[in-house]
Amino acid sequence: MKSDKIIYINDRPIVWDGETNVLSLARKAHIEIPTFCYHSELSVYGACRLCLVEIEGRGLVTSCSTIPFEGMKVYTHTEQIIKMRKTIVEMLLANHDQACPTCSRSNDCKLRDLSTKLGIDKIRYRKTRQPKAMDMMSDCLVRDPNKCVLCGDCVRFCSEVQGIGAIDFAHRGEGVIVTPAYGKSLAHVDCVNCGQCAAVCPTGAIVVKSQSEQVWQQVHNKTKTVVAQVAPAVRVALGEMFNLPSGEITTGKMVAALRMIGFNKVFDTSYAADLTVIEEANELLSRKTKGENLPIFTSCCPAWVKFAEQSYPGLLNNLSSCRSPQQMFGALAKARLPQTLGVTKEDLCVVAIMPCTAKKYEANRKEFTTDGIADVDFVLTTQELGKMIKEAGIDFNSLEPESMDLPMGFASGAGVIFGNSGGVSEAVLRYAADKLQIPMPESIVLQEVRGTSGIREAEVETAVGTLRMAVVHGLKNAAILADQVVNGTANYDVIEVMACPGGCIGGAGQPIACESNTRQQRNQAIYNADKIMPLHRAQDNPFIDEIYQTLLHEPNSHKAHEMLHTQYRSRKRIEDEETSFSAPSKEERCKIRVCIGTSCFLRGAQEILAATLKTVEDNAWHNRFDIAATFCTELCDLGPTIVINGEIIHRARLEDVKSRIQSEASLREK
Amino acid sequence: MDSANNAARSFNKVIEILDRYDRNASKIIPILQSVQEEYRYLPQEVLTFVATSLNVSPARLYGVATFYSHFSLEPKGKHILKMCDGTACHVRGSSAVIDALRDKLGLSAKKITTDDMLFTFETVSCLGACGLAPVLVVDEAIHGQVTPEVALQLLDEIVQKEQQHA
Repeated sequence: MKSDKIIYINDRPIVWDGETNVLSLARKAHIEIPTFCYHSELSVYGACRLCLVEIEGRGLVTSCSTIPFEGMKVYTHTEQIIKMRKTIVEMLLANHDQACPTCSRSNDCKLRDLSTKLGIDKIRYRKTRQPKAMDMMSDCLVRDPNKCVLCGDCVRFCSEVQGIGAIDFAHRGEGVIVTPAYGKSLAHVDCVNCGQCAAVCPTGAIVVKSQSEQVWQQVHNKTKTVVAQVAPAVRVALGEMFNLPSGEITTGKMVAALRMIGFNKVFDTSYAADLTVIEEANELLSRKTKGENLPIFTSCCPAWVKFAEQSYPGLLNNLSSCRSPQQMFGALAKARLPQTLGVTKEDLCVVAIMPCTAKKYEANRKEFTTDGIADVDFVLTTQELGKMIKEAGIDFNSLEPESMDLPMGFASGAGVIFGNSGGVSEAVLRYAADKLQIPMPESIVLQEVRGTSGIREAEVETAVGTLRMAVVHGLKNAAILADQVVNGTANYDVIEVMACPGGCIGGAGQPIACESNTRQQRNQAIYNADKIMPLHRAQDNPFIDEIYQTLLHEPNSHKAHEMLHTQYRSRKRIEDEETSFSAPSKEERCKIRVCIGTSCFLRGAQEILAATLKTVEDNAWHNRFDIAATFCTELCDLGPTIVINGEIIHRARLEDVKSRIQSEASLREK
Repeated sequence: MDSANNAARSFNKVIEILDRYDRNASKIIPILQSVQEEYRYLPQEVLTFVATSLNVSPARLYGVATFYSHFSLEPKGKHILKMCDGTACHVRGSSAVIDALRDKLGLSAKKITTDDMLFTFETVSCLGACGLAPVLVVDEAIHGQVTPEVALQLLDEIVQKEQQHA
């Protein structure tokens, strides 16, 4: 139905068609209203005051938070507004660290862009804030509070989309900062490294931690053989760094550029994704047949894995034990390539090129080290690769396309669609359909799992019963389903989780998206990439067949488990100290640590702690015991957990603890 | 072993406080007030515990705790002295009192608690008792028209009492 409600913007009529705020109406009227804090995906905040407009009869209001009404008259660039906008930007710049030429966000900084657009040529105000320390400890992100404009985009993304809230505003007035809890580093709190804070930051206050310098060193070191594995989502976004349209598939140019930089071999992470499909589908079918540990949660997304480890310790058995494609590739590359390429394992350097910041954290996890050598040595984001190409002076747009190296550069479409939210499910189904002899075309298109809504569902009838699938992106959505699984109200067999909006194509390592439909174009490009490939099912990839024949024997074999699967552990959200209940003493005492984290608390840790304290008190054993409460021993599913003299006791029972205290006390009889 | 029992008792108290407010996140401020009453400040591990219990992120709770000057994340001394430095008190000479007390206690605007944890001295913006300016609050007692001499005498009295107890 066509609306006939008219609103006047700068005296020109525009149809109001349900837009919820004046700002989006103005955009429809081809007027770009400057803003830092307005994101259509986040709540309206109205903090930056840059989107001021004048409304007849109301005066100056923020257009992002003003609901239109019929006949409204809006003025967007009166003398007063232009003056105010300039003043606001000038004041932000006064306290902003203006190291623009050396800032990694220099090219896509909204503050810099706005300052140019508004024609600001000098700053009339002096700096009033003292320089603050940067946070460099995270594997993935660097926080520089000196560049923060306090728009709160990162804060809202982290809490509204990811449901985590690892960073928030603290202090007040002049002293306000955005910080993790207690002023700690992002590395020591519940940050899952998804990096979306950096993607929405209008300036360089949170940026991706670059490893390009280390990679250049490896490339320049003649004794090293450097191989690249490139994730599927990179090929549909890299072009944006070179002013090509979003969604243009640049695989061929990218391979050529990587070789020109000095990479000895260029492989495809999608090859390992094909392997993931087979391993994960077999894991699913085996669980489905046995009816255990369902639903199976996918484990390709390292941000989701960390989130599950810190928030859902009880669901860790439900996570697929499959490593992510990046790590499967790493394990295989380090096992096979030294022989085929004729180098030592020490001289082989595996560089992953990813759309993702959390992959840097994943590569550093100690599970992914074999004999002291990391399976993946370095992780570059799409942005970092783009910058290296520019650094090398390569004219990307005029490159002739080249193909990837065999065997690990050959993938089916199943491995490529991993880049989209819903892709893993679809790829697994393409394999399962074959195995369960469901009559379906090879390139199944499961419309229900494609699309952009946060939670999607699909059902497929199979020989082993109905296969119920759910696909989520955004960890807040994941938490909704995880909660349902915990309290038994969800009924799924597979839940695919990706932390970033739209899946990996919307990862924070991708070029900063300026257009609202960028993600959609990348998403479509991934599906197109699948369409033009000769093979669409992982099991049809001859090089996957070869690796099973020569190395892995069969899916989920002992060897496959050793190389391609992993384990998870529960993890503290915040690194905390413990609360001591004992006065300091020089005596050699028995150390008792009682976990009173939420999970242990619910299982009765509090009673055990109280009884322990009372026993020690009643017997005046203060010089024999040193008692403290810890907030999480990271073994939540086995709680209550108590540590007595270094020995960990799970599922501790009151009477056992009491008798243990008795015997420890008698050992220390004076 | 007094401190050990206090710590255990205080922790039980936190659970009591949380239950008293139904573990309701909209009651964050009264919860923090009660916790601070118990500990005289907001210990980090207790804040994390409170955040987990209320299903609020620790960063958000930290934000609330640092927003209000009433809350302290640092341990405070046994005796708390608050000097008003609002406009009325300021023009009536609060600065001289502040300088005298800081000088005597070896404190500054940044370091507000003595090493022996006996005193915390802080300035506040207005106590709403401008008629008594300048105002000094020693623990719970309010003293009006304070001069540096009066302030130092009040301080001496506490020190003497503490020495008698010891």
